[in-house]
Amino acid sequence: MNREQLADQAFTREALASTGRWRRLPFIADPKVRWAMGIGAVVYLALALASIEVNWERVAEGMSRALNFLGAFTQPDFLSRRDDIIDGILESLTMTLTSTVIGVALAIPVGLGAARNIAPLPIYLVCRSIITVSRTFQEIIIAILFVVMFGFGPLAGVITLAFATIGFMAKLLAEDIEDLDWRQVEAIRATGASWWQTMNHAVQPQVMARLIGLSMYRLDINFRESAVIGIVGAGGIGATLNTSMSRYEYDTSAAILLIIIAVVLLCEYGSSHVRRWTQ
Amino acid sequence: MPVSISPQGQPRWRLRTSRAQWLGYLAWLIGACLFLLCWKMISDNTMWVFVADAGRQGDDLISRMLPPDWHYAHRLWKPMWDTLNIATLGTLLGIVMAFPVAFLAARNTTPHPLVRSLALMLIVSSRSINSLIWAMLLVTILGPGVLAGIIAIALRSIGFIGKLLYEAIEEIHPTPVEAISATGAGRLQVMSYGVLPQVLPAFAGISVYRWDINIRESTVLGLVGAGGIGLQLNAAINSLAWSQVSIIFLMIFATVLASEWISARVRHAII
Repeated sequence: MNREQLADQAFTREALASTGRWRRLPFIADPKVRWAMGIGAVVYLALALASIEVNWERVAEGMSRALNFLGAFTQPDFLSRRDDIIDGILESLTMTLTSTVIGVALAIPVGLGAARNIAPLPIYLVCRSIITVSRTFQEIIIAILFVVMFGFGPLAGVITLAFATIGFMAKLLAEDIEDLDWRQVEAIRATGASWWQTMNHAVQPQVMARLIGLSMYRLDINFRESAVIGIVGAGGIGATLNTSMSRYEYDTSAAILLIIIAVVLLCEYGSSHVRRWTQ
Repeated sequence: MPVSISPQGQPRWRLRTSRAQWLGYLAWLIGACLFLLCWKMISDNTMWVFVADAGRQGDDLISRMLPPDWHYAHRLWKPMWDTLNIATLGTLLGIVMAFPVAFLAARNTTPHPLVRSLALMLIVSSRSINSLIWAMLLVTILGPGVLAGIIAIALRSIGFIGKLLYEAIEEIHPTPVEAISATGAGRLQVMSYGVLPQVLPAFAGISVYRWDINIRESTVLGLVGAGGIGLQLNAAINSLAWSQVSIIFLMIFATVLASEWISARVRHAII
């Protein structure tokens, strides 16, 4: 649509408004694009909904289980599998901390390499491809591969989470470095500083607060993820949760879910404090 | 900035006071001890014999994965379509549920503080629980299939979209809201003409971003039986058909990259 038509439309809208019939501006200005997107969405929805097969009898059968589960939340059972739950949670917490520390330590060099303004092109490409691979695959897929390689147990989980942390942290760190105030780098360079000194005195102070905030955020994500990679045998609370659900012991599952929610809340509360303190 | 006096009587500038410096060292020491303690627990629970074998196992895995079984690819289109549907329909359902929750959770639009804390609790519990856990739960309730996947994705999306949207609502400019309410508009009219236009671009951006994340998450929901390409992945892994696994990985990789590209373009166009 050209400018004349747009002006025309605005004019008719104003003319209508002067007679008291006001309409708000459309979200997408061009009517052709608007209609095409609307029709496309309807066609897609029809196709997608048609291709879903639902076994309604099975769903109806499951409704009583759904009620059982909701009931279980009102009286969660922390006690009958207490030892399993405590072991699982402790393992999840240790995995979370270890993997975040290792992951962040490895993400810093990758992040530096993936920032176009301080890294030469070959290093940039290598680091960017590490980030892409690590970000594309869900933690659980990586966990499957590492369990095959390193055997069952928390070590496979730690390596998985550390690998996922690298992609996440390095990407955000690199973006942060690419946005930094270049004058400070120039000022430090003008004093004859070496590469290390430039990084330490010009780049690091500018990104440190955000790096700490992101690490706290990642700690929280890693805990949540450590609750699921147990399903494929990589340690943590996930295995206990999976067992309790497949045995239909919903009161135990509810207890575990409540503990996970509580830990995540604590993590968030703590990280907001740390972030306020660093800024 | 603290100053210390050197033995020669010269003032010396320092970054921190001695007290802050020692507290910093102490914090690092405690952190390092905690890390080593955790590492010891993990190392005690690890069979190091298997770890020593990891290089050979990895080699073996890669040699079985290559070359990918290209003929298997044509059987993956339907599961891939299911995966896209799980992500898209799940996101739509999540948006529909998250939208009112966000308005109830924002400090400036909530009808009552009690409602606000209830909405915030809903958002936190949805955010804390991974979509795979939701899927696990829904598969035992609804039976295996795409429906469980869609609802799992939707439940997880409520927390994400709700949180970002209510933060956007809390940051709106108060003047348009005041102007609209000065005309004598009702509560819903103020929302629709004063608040909504201000958060609409952010809302569209957040939704597209979540869709992109959901594509990634829906590729694995099949591992617990909730439909999509994960079912094929699970079957291939269980039968140790690693050449099929590698082709599934390639398809997931391509799809996720494409969705990330689309989402970045759309967000760039909106904001």
